[in-house]
Order: sequence, then structure tokens, then C-alpha cells
Amino acid sequence: MSPLNLTLKSLRNRKFTVSLTVTSLALGVALLLGVERMRQEAKTGFTNTISGTDLIVGARTGQVSLLLSSVFRIGSPSQNISWETYQKIADNPKIAWTIPISLGDSHRGYRVVGTSVDYFEHYRYADKRRLEIAAGDEFSDPSDAVLGAEVAHRLGYRLGDEIVVAHGAGEVSFVEHADRPFRVCGILKATGTPVDRAVHVSLAGIEWMHEGWDGDGHDHSNCDHGHGEHAAEGSAGGMGRLAEIEALLAGEDEDPLQPGQITAFLVGMHSRADAVFLQRAINTYDGEALSAVMPGLALQELWQVVGVVEKTLLVISVFVVAVSLAGMLSALMTSLNERRREMAILRSVGARPAHIVTLVVGEAMAITTMACAVGTVVLYALIVLARPIVLETAGLQLGISVLSGRELLLVAAVLTIGLLVGLVPALRCYRNSLTDGLTVRT
Amino acid sequence: MHDDNLSVPPTLANAPALLDQQAAAKRRVVCDTSPDEGTAVSLGGVRFAWAGNGEVDLAIDELRVSLGERLFVAGPSGSGKSTLLGLLAGVTVPQQGSVTILDTELSTLRSAERDRFRADHIGYIFQMFNLIPYLTVVENVTLPLRFSARRSGRVANPEREAERLLTQLGMGDFMRRTVTRLSVGQQQRVAAARALIGSPEIILADEPTSSLDEGHSENFVRLLFDECEQAGSTLIFVSHDSRLAPLFDRAHRLDT
Repeated sequence: MSPLNLTLKSLRNRKFTVSLTVTSLALGVALLLGVERMRQEAKTGFTNTISGTDLIVGARTGQVSLLLSSVFRIGSPSQNISWETYQKIADNPKIAWTIPISLGDSHRGYRVVGTSVDYFEHYRYADKRRLEIAAGDEFSDPSDAVLGAEVAHRLGYRLGDEIVVAHGAGEVSFVEHADRPFRVCGILKATGTPVDRAVHVSLAGIEWMHEGWDGDGHDHSNCDHGHGEHAAEGSAGGMGRLAEIEALLAGEDEDPLQPGQITAFLVGMHSRADAVFLQRAINTYDGEALSAVMPGLALQELWQVVGVVEKTLLVISVFVVAVSLAGMLSALMTSLNERRREMAILRSVGARPAHIVTLVVGEAMAITTMACAVGTVVLYALIVLARPIVLETAGLQLGISVLSGRELLLVAAVLTIGLLVGLVPALRCYRNSLTDGLTVRT
Repeated sequence: MHDDNLSVPPTLANAPALLDQQAAAKRRVVCDTSPDEGTAVSLGGVRFAWAGNGEVDLAIDELRVSLGERLFVAGPSGSGKSTLLGLLAGVTVPQQGSVTILDTELSTLRSAERDRFRADHIGYIFQMFNLIPYLTVVENVTLPLRFSARRSGRVANPEREAERLLTQLGMGDFMRRTVTRLSVGQQQRVAAARALIGSPEIILADEPTSSLDEGHSENFVRLLFDECEQAGSTLIFVSHDSRLAPLFDRAHRLDT
């Protein structure tokens, strides 16, 4: 029998109290690892939102708010970009592709994104993965809509269903474009990004829809006023109308479904190195107050804001583990008095005080190790159970992967602290065994 | 403190009869037995005090135990029995004087070395509650072998040796029983087997019969004698039960 064996037998002898200690510590460890796992997944999901895009361009604003509105579709954009400016920039030969984005409408709480087919061609998420269509096809007609996976799943839409888009971004809207329903022509595969929660229509579709709502008996085939303003209807309606009037005054003869404005656009460069120069050019552009941001930097800045919450969670779970370790300390200290006889017996057969210390520290280590093992098992059990729920509610894909480096580091930290905690009763025991010798005090 | 040696003939067969002659047998003898036997334990000018207030708890001017001898140490409580055992086991060292065991002066050893020395050369039997509750009977018996390469080197198969000792001590039927469900007498026999395994040179017994009734006490002592003889171990048996004294080769009285 090895000393480890002796330790384990001693623990088994006190299995009730030991199992309580192990359980509480294991739950603490599971919580700690779970929070860490969620943090990782959240961060990965977060940074996976957009990839392959070199610049995001919108009306002048901070980089975080531009990122939030254009990529995460959170909040309402306050300003728009004129179609002309967009066209001008998009024609730059150093630019490989652009994806226009026009926001401002919603369908039952899901954002409607007006864009072009370039969206399906060039948008990348995670590790440069492109969007895939699960059913149907990209939009071709103004009344076509391509649904994100979550929208289709949650609302139970199938190809060919008609959906009515409402004005504004809220779940409940009083202004619906009921006379111009869209038809679901395609459903995207799940991406774990905000794309899943969007209803994609063509820019022409946005114009077409607002034409129905906005028009007051015009002959639509002959309609020549710019409808791009409707993308910004919620906040910049007045300005839109002004533009409309200006357009009328100028007698412009546009494609009737040609947008006048868009909210933002994504830019992909031929050479990534050119992005810096283009960004500078856009930010200092005289014609219109614009902002160009690099998605990576903006994501980082945003994560620092969001990160406070997850750091708080981590701190809380660290405290839970600390409390469990304190519980283990008190359990070990309590057991020492009833074990003085045991120690005297061990001393009598030749155990050195060092052996006694090893035995007690070994118990702490065994408890901590078991707790870490059980905690890990609990973590995976929870992941398996929570996977569908988390995917459904938070859109996070929880992966059943092996423990990451950081998680192993946390486990190692718990084990180390368990060892240090074990030294407290061990040293107490050492002192006892020196004074007690072979006399048994009980 | 003085030497008050009780001498009894070493033959065990006569021992019961000699119990009656205890008083008569009480006479002073010189401390050695036969010249061909070496010295197992030798104490000289020992003074030990637990507290530093000058009050001496144990004083032994001279005590010598030969190899293979069975010494009975008698003394009322408070006479320093535990202290003597602590000194003999090398858990403590005296402030004055020398404790030499098997030609090794214990005070020259460091604490960990004394622990190792104890593991190698001394089997110890407590008054009661000798056993570690979470180990089986056999595991309790083989426990000293873990701490002494010397003793485990003498035992080819620890389990079998434990079983042999237990069987000889009449515990053959209880080897699989939970330690805590053994009677006190049974526990003491297991403790004896543990002290004897690996044939240590010296067995120290701290009132091992104090919780046994008279018949069982004597029986236990006889079994212990047999096993010590087989193992060639010297036995130092501390007890306040002077009725057992005549069974031993010699007695030493500790006085307060």
C-alpha cells in the first residue's frame, strides 16, 4: 500500500463529510469552468460576428456605435449616407467589393436588412466562412426576403410564406407595410451571428415597400421620387422628405427603386494594406461626414465594454470556489482533533512528522482533485443539457471541446490553492504530533 | 527513584505458580542475565522534565535490559511511565543522561533519524485503541513495514506474515473483520501482531492489558512472550498491574 492508498482509505472512512466537501467544491469548480467556458464562447461568438471585412463605413459616429448598428443591428442609426457617396467610394479601384446595408424596419422584432446580393457573395463570419442558403435562393425580386436561420425557426416560416414588415425596430409596431408583404424566397443556414436574426431584402425591396406605404395614390410605375430616405424614416423622415423634394426639383430621373440613402456599407479591399489609406480618406472626406472603422479594432473596443459583465461573473465564481475551499479547510481542521490518536499510532510505527504532513496535505489534494474531476464532469453534463437552450435563447454554440488552456490553468490554480489550504491543518498536525509524541490525547 | 528489581525465573511453565510467590521473589539482583547476551537498552543518569521549572518528571540512574530479556516496568500513575516510553521510543530525548538502544545513543540522532530508528527497531503496543479504524486487520498489522525497509526486508510476503502472526495470536478467524467491531482483547492481539511483524529487536508495551480482565491479561502476556521469543525480541512491558510481574524475567519499579 502506498501513502496515497492510506490517504484514500482515511478519506473513505469519513466519506460522508468528505463527499459533502467534494460536492460543494465540485459545484464551485463547475461554476468557475462554466463561466469561463461561457466567456470564451461569448467572446468567440462575438469576434466571429464579422470576418473578412476591411472597413465599415457609415455616417460620422464612434466606431463602437457604427459596429453596433451595422453589424450587430443594435440601436437605431442616426444618420445615413447618400447613395451618390456610396457609389463614389465603391468605384475606387482598390476596393474589391462593397455590401450596402439599409436598416430601419423590422418584422416581429427582427431587423430587416436591405442589402444587395453581394451580401450573400462577400459577407464572411467566423473563420472567413461565407453564408450558406439552407433552402430556396437569394432574393431576385423586390418582394423577395431571405430569412436568417433563427427568424425562420422561431417564427416557423417556410419558403413562400408572406411576411409583413413594420416600420421601426420594436417588437410591436403600429405602422405596418401591410399592403406590401414580402415573400420568403430563401432561408440561411445558422451562423451563430446576428445574421440569424435578420430578414434580408434587396435595397429595391426597401424602396418598393415604402413606396406602398408612403405613396398616396401615385401611379407607382411612374414614380420618380427618391425612396432611399425611407431607410432612415424613423429618425430622419423630415430630411428624407426634403431630399425627395430636392430630387423632384432637380428633376432627376432615377430608377424608381433606386435608393437615395443607405445606412452603412461594408468594404473589402483587394489588398488589406490599402484599408488604412482608404479609412483615412473617408474619415477626412469633405463631401459628407463619414466614419470608416476597422471591424477588428471596433470589436476589441466593444468587447472591453461588454467584458465587464463577464469579468464580474468570473470574479463571483472565483469567490464561490474560495468559499468551497474555506469549507474544506474547516472540515479538515475539525477532523484533526478526532484524528490525534491515529497520528500517534502512525508515529509509533515510525511515521515521521513529514509523513503526517504528507498524509494531511494528501487528503486536501485528494479532495481537491476529486472535486476538480467531478466539477469537470458536471460542467460537461451541464453543457450537454444546456446546449439546445443556450443556442435557442442566446444564439451561442456551446462546443463540447476538451478543456482549454485557460480552463486547465483555472483547474491548476484550484489544485494549487487546495494544496496551500491543506498545509494549514498539516502544519497544525505536525505541531500536535511533536508535542503529543506517542501519548494519545483525546 | 530507585531500582527495585523483581526477579522471577525465566521459565514460563512455572509462571502461574510464581504469581503467588510474588512477594517472596522480590529481591535485589544485579541487572544482567548471562554474559553472552548483549545489551538491548541502557539508560544512565537520565533526568527528564516536561516543564522548564526544574521539576524532574523522570529520573533513572541506571537501567540496563539485555537482548531477549522480558522486563516488567511497574509504577503507579504519574511515575513517569509515559515519559520513559517516549524516551525509549526516541520520541523525546532527556535533558540529562543517555538512552542507548542497540548500541545507538539516541540523543546523537536527529529527530527524523530517531523516527527511522523507531520504525526499524521498535514495535509499540498502546494501552487501547491501537488500531487505525479505516484499515483492515491485516493492513493494520502490516503498517510498520511501510515505514521500515529493514523490517519489510525480513518479511517475504507481508499479508501472509500478518496472517501467520494473527493465527498464532488466536485471531485467525477475525482477519476479515472490521477493526472497530473487534473486542478490546482482540484489538490488543492485533496490536501485538503489528508490533511483532518484521521482528523488531525491541517491543515496547504501554499497559496493553489494562483494559483486559485478569485471565485475558495473563493469556495475552503469554502469547506476547511466545512471539517475542520466536522473533528474538526484547520486551519492555509497562503496567501498573503488578500481578503480572512474576511472569517476567525481571521487574523495574518506577517511583514517584
